[in-house]
Amino acid sequence: MSRPTLFALQVLVAVVCIVLWQVLSTVPVFGKILLPPFFFSNPFDVFSQIVKWFASGVIWKHLGITLAESILAFVIGSLGGVLVGFWFARQPLVAAVFDPYVKMVNALPRVVLAPIFALWLGLGIWSKVALGVTLVFFIVFFNVYQGVKEVSRTVLDNGRMLGMSERQLMQHVYWPSALSWMFSSLHTSVGFAVVGAVVGEYLGSAAGLGYLIQQAEGVFDVAGVFAGMFVLSAFVILIDFGVTLVERRLLVWRPTALDGRG
Amino acid sequence: MTTPTAVALEDAKVAFRLGDGRVYTAVEKAHLAVAQGEFVAIVGPTGCGKSTLLNVAAGLLKPAAGSVRIFDRPLTGLNQDAGYLFQADALFPWKTALDNVAIGLEIKGTPRTQALPQAQKWLTSVGLGAFAGRYPHMLSGGQRKRVALAQVLIRDPKILLMDEPFGPLDAQTRQVMGNLLLDLWNADRKAVLFVTHDLEEAIALADRVVIMSAGPSSRIIGDWRVSLPRPRDIFEVRLDKEFHALHREIWSVLKDEVMKGYAQSTHAVEAV
Repeated sequence: MSRPTLFALQVLVAVVCIVLWQVLSTVPVFGKILLPPFFFSNPFDVFSQIVKWFASGVIWKHLGITLAESILAFVIGSLGGVLVGFWFARQPLVAAVFDPYVKMVNALPRVVLAPIFALWLGLGIWSKVALGVTLVFFIVFFNVYQGVKEVSRTVLDNGRMLGMSERQLMQHVYWPSALSWMFSSLHTSVGFAVVGAVVGEYLGSAAGLGYLIQQAEGVFDVAGVFAGMFVLSAFVILIDFGVTLVERRLLVWRPTALDGRG
Repeated sequence: MTTPTAVALEDAKVAFRLGDGRVYTAVEKAHLAVAQGEFVAIVGPTGCGKSTLLNVAAGLLKPAAGSVRIFDRPLTGLNQDAGYLFQADALFPWKTALDNVAIGLEIKGTPRTQALPQAQKWLTSVGLGAFAGRYPHMLSGGQRKRVALAQVLIRDPKILLMDEPFGPLDAQTRQVMGNLLLDLWNADRKAVLFVTHDLEEAIALADRVVIMSAGPSSRIIGDWRVSLPRPRDIFEVRLDKEFHALHREIWSVLKDEVMKGYAQSTHAVEAV
């Protein structure tokens, strides 16, 4: 299928959904409105809410806060994950000792930590960053750990036979291998950084997209809730697009990074 | 003047401890000497431990008994005089062909600005001058072997250890690679220990062909000198009368071992 056709079909899906939503929420079918406006609002109201946010400029502050929280969560979580992942992979004893605890913390639904973080770090951005960090850390940690552990035996032996010292093996073999695993999970970890930020905001904050949605919900402003959701989706898609660009640049050497996208 | 032996295995025995605590003896009392400038091929049935023997010469494995001497000095740790060409892909997938070759020099501390032109020269000499910017996954199996060969040779090792390096390639590519190897080797005649399961390849390339018995506890059971004139062309040498006579003679010994090895490997499967 050619690109324009595909794009046209993709747009068509959105148009059909929005038209159906508008019609069903405003035109009675057999004397009854199938999507009551109180619960479902309608596309026009949602759209005007979004326009109002952007026109008045209030949305930028919230977007900025959510973005800052996501970036901080991603950077701190990734750094921690890379360091600990490397450390555990190179020190099997440490990994064995901490194994049950790592599993335990990872099994915990991170949402339950939000109240504790709010208590410890207040309602500002840092409690949201902390929540995001707990999500990002484990994804990066597991990937880096795996990446270092699963370096091909032959490639490693080859490095040794070429005369690499332990430090050079680190630089030329372990590090690139771990990074490639980390980058392959880049979409997931960036996504989770945003999830951490938004959920944190939703549970208690004074700014951010999560806060916006929570406020609208509090006053039964369904149009506001949907508007918040759409802005959030667009925000995530934009970030994801950025990640794809970075990934293509960094993983040129990998067959899947190029071939996976036609 | 006596030149020191490049690689000398003296009664080397290699054993592994299996998961259930039993000890598996792969190679028993291997005695093998490779002189400087000599090309020795080791041939044997599947699972006879020929790669094991190579790893011992490389220092990747320690013999359970016996000794390994490299240029008359006992080998401790990895064999730094040797370049090793692996059977499986061993290139660094995150480096371009050029960087993969240059790394051999960079490790020794050669500045990158000097290493790169040399790497380019080596890539050209293995016929890949135009592929410097490609990553390994963009190259064919034969091209990857060429890069691997350049990666090893750029360090100018005194000994070349090769573990069925052309095993994964198709028949034609193998022959082309064989000729390339002979050409490069002819330039400075390093000591070569070349492991293969292909007797024809062994005779065509080597000065000496060593036969190993079927494992476990395999031994070296034969040692033939190949006196075909050099420089050789692999395509031509196979038509030589002497080649055929030697092939028949060695094969008569090797055949029994191949059958034994085959029988053992099928029994082992049934026993499990």
